[in-house]
Amino acid sequence: MSEPKIPPAAVPETGGSAPPGAATRNPLSALGEARHLGLLVALGLLIIVGLVTRPENFATTSNLVSILSLAATIGVITVGATFVIIGGGIDLSVGALMALASVWATTLATQEYGPFVMVICALLVGTGAGLVNGLLIAYGRLVPFIATLAMLVAARGLAQRMSDRKTQLIQSGNTALVDLSTTRVLGIPLLVYIFALVVVLGWILLNRTTFGRRTYAVGGNPEAARLAGIDVRRHTMLLYALSGLTCGIAAVLIMARTTTGSSTHGDLYELDAIAAVIIGGTLLTGGRGTIIGSILGLLIFTLITNLFILNGLNTSDQLIAKGLIIVVAVLLQRRNLKERAP
Amino acid sequence: MLVMRGIVKQFPGVRALDGVDLDVRAGEVHCLLGQNGAGKSTLIKVLAGVHQPDEGTIEFNGEQVRPSSPNDAIRLGFATIYQELDLVDGLSVAENIFLGHEHAKLGFVNMSAANRAARQVLERLGHGEIRPSTEVGRLPAAAKQVVSMARALSHDARLIIMDEPSAALAHDEVDNLFRIIRELTAQGVAVVYISHRLEEIREIGDRVTVLKDGRTVAVGLPARETATSHVVSLMTGRNVEYVFPPRAANPPGEEVLKVEGLTSPGAFADVSFSVRAGEIVGLAGLVGSGRSEILEAVYGARPASGRVELAGKQVRHSVVGNVRRGMGLAPEERKAQALLLDQSITANITLGSLPSFAKLGWMNRARERAEAHRLVKALDIRPPDPERPIKNLSGGNQQKAVLARWLLGSRKLLLLDEPTRGVDVGARAELYAVIRDLADRGIGVLLVSSEVPEVLGLADRVLVLREGTVIHQADAGELDEHRVLDMIMDGRAA
Repeated sequence: MSEPKIPPAAVPETGGSAPPGAATRNPLSALGEARHLGLLVALGLLIIVGLVTRPENFATTSNLVSILSLAATIGVITVGATFVIIGGGIDLSVGALMALASVWATTLATQEYGPFVMVICALLVGTGAGLVNGLLIAYGRLVPFIATLAMLVAARGLAQRMSDRKTQLIQSGNTALVDLSTTRVLGIPLLVYIFALVVVLGWILLNRTTFGRRTYAVGGNPEAARLAGIDVRRHTMLLYALSGLTCGIAAVLIMARTTTGSSTHGDLYELDAIAAVIIGGTLLTGGRGTIIGSILGLLIFTLITNLFILNGLNTSDQLIAKGLIIVVAVLLQRRNLKERAP
Repeated sequence: MLVMRGIVKQFPGVRALDGVDLDVRAGEVHCLLGQNGAGKSTLIKVLAGVHQPDEGTIEFNGEQVRPSSPNDAIRLGFATIYQELDLVDGLSVAENIFLGHEHAKLGFVNMSAANRAARQVLERLGHGEIRPSTEVGRLPAAAKQVVSMARALSHDARLIIMDEPSAALAHDEVDNLFRIIRELTAQGVAVVYISHRLEEIREIGDRVTVLKDGRTVAVGLPARETATSHVVSLMTGRNVEYVFPPRAANPPGEEVLKVEGLTSPGAFADVSFSVRAGEIVGLAGLVGSGRSEILEAVYGARPASGRVELAGKQVRHSVVGNVRRGMGLAPEERKAQALLLDQSITANITLGSLPSFAKLGWMNRARERAEAHRLVKALDIRPPDPERPIKNLSGGNQQKAVLARWLLGSRKLLLLDEPTRGVDVGARAELYAVIRDLADRGIGVLLVSSEVPEVLGLADRVLVLREGTVIHQADAGELDEHRVLDMIMDGRAA
């Protein structure tokens, strides 16, 4: 029979070295994990298709830069969406929030204060609206789908009202904002670096902080998280605020790229973002998923768009192809899950 | 009637079944015994058509069969009642009973016919009081069990497999369950009965098959005549039944928990007691006597009026605040309420004390891993690999991980709700030792268990509950099982 044998010190301050053989995960090895392998293969295949069908246009710097610039806006939103979905929720309002933030930041009144204030304005509007989502869901007990659907409609309406349904140009005094897309470092526009920065920060937040741990716990088993002393409601609220913040950042990027703020920006972005997250292997039921998967999913999506445009193919066919890819990706993942289950 | 020979089932990395033989006769109650992880659950799943064996043969009434899906198994006449009930909470009792074989014409369900048929089955089970139109989610655990049983009966099952059917039941409900089982076997139905309670097996069982490490170590032992020590030694290679650690030598310290006039309408009323540092206080009572509800209310997870003081300070009804101030709860439903099944053992252990591993939110993962590793070793959690997903662990080891969660940080009070539910005899003794050791280190423990011997053996002081009120309080040494059972069943105080 075993003796009572709890270790002498359960005080967490007494650390100690990691046990031998403990798995260490860093971003690079995470990329190589089996669950991402399929995505990398798919990405590779698409690149080969591009090289074969359009050898003269595909591998050019300008094309690659345009792919990345295109991916950057939705990419930032996808990072936020990944958090929300791992946390067991859904955010349908992301495209509308981005539009609202871009409009609010480009009103004449805001533009008077210069580009810096415009950026702050976009971030605050995104975060604030996300916070409203979070409050309604966490404390008002609304179903996420309904709360963010309402926000989608209302935020678009508000954006139309503020802009009088007109596209608002960034004024000549504030072109510093546009520099984000025109200034290049090593041939790559600054906004792509911002995207990369958001991805890295998102990865760190999800994998290296208590916030990330709680996100997985809240999405995986909210009851267990609650009984373990995690403030599930507060965390849920923060997740939507985070998603709103990424919409604000995306608004800055799209303003830089298009030199405008408009209530039509980001139409159906919510679907692209959710699709990218799902293709990336995050479960819609929450509790499982990765940032890297989402970004790979997004790159696959963006690459398909690019290939269709380069080859002069119909945009309708492009939508059909995207739909098929979502289904195939989910089917493949389901099979993988089954194989791994005991 | 059922003959299984040389069943092998391999999972990635584990040989869950490694040549199991089973031999069940019509009209008998055949008990399946084995430690957690011995392969009982996998064997059941093979019979239920969830898993297909890699090797071996199954013969049913002289014919080779191979249940390839749950539906297939049901068609063969096998019905399985799982440990964690598989009912749809949002559907009615009748809808659950006939799930998959509804009383329907052209897709339209004839609800009145289903309700009638459901009532008949329920009456046959002696539970006519359960209304077929009630939503299952509103029923207590014991009634859910009856609904599961009714579902099996509605299939005209000839072989019913019951995985720990008594785990969620109180004493009188178990008697009722046995009555039902005897009626079934009298009609020629065979029952494969899995339980960790040896005394039950002696009462209801005819023959016993013992599994160990995926192999059959004994076939068809007579259930009544075989000595307990023999069965236990077959299961474990050890001679133990309930081994309780010795009580603390030191008198308990200061009051860590003081409860006054705690009331939650419909669950319990005017409950007052205290728990001191180093003391284990047990709550004994039937299911529905308010045991678990009191724990939840103390933890802040259930609204209640009255006063709860932790270490002399009144606490508000907030789980988050209570955990921060040093409470911890190991809830009754391990999987649903305590575990992140997809996550590693480490992540599950540190879930309750994440801030203590972080500076400004940044996790110190090396320290986290070291602590988890230390606890896995100290509590002998198997397999001893902290990175392994917790869902691959047996019930006893999962429970150890839940206890390990509250070994981190400075706990003053632990609330344990059925800590050994679904845990085998060997692992139980280990859990008892861990719980006693926690108390010896100055933690107050409030323990709820359906098993009176467990409460009496482990606790220092016992509160006897009946219908939401405390009817007796005494030192565990002054009580014996019969007196406590008398009190909780008949309400005769002392």
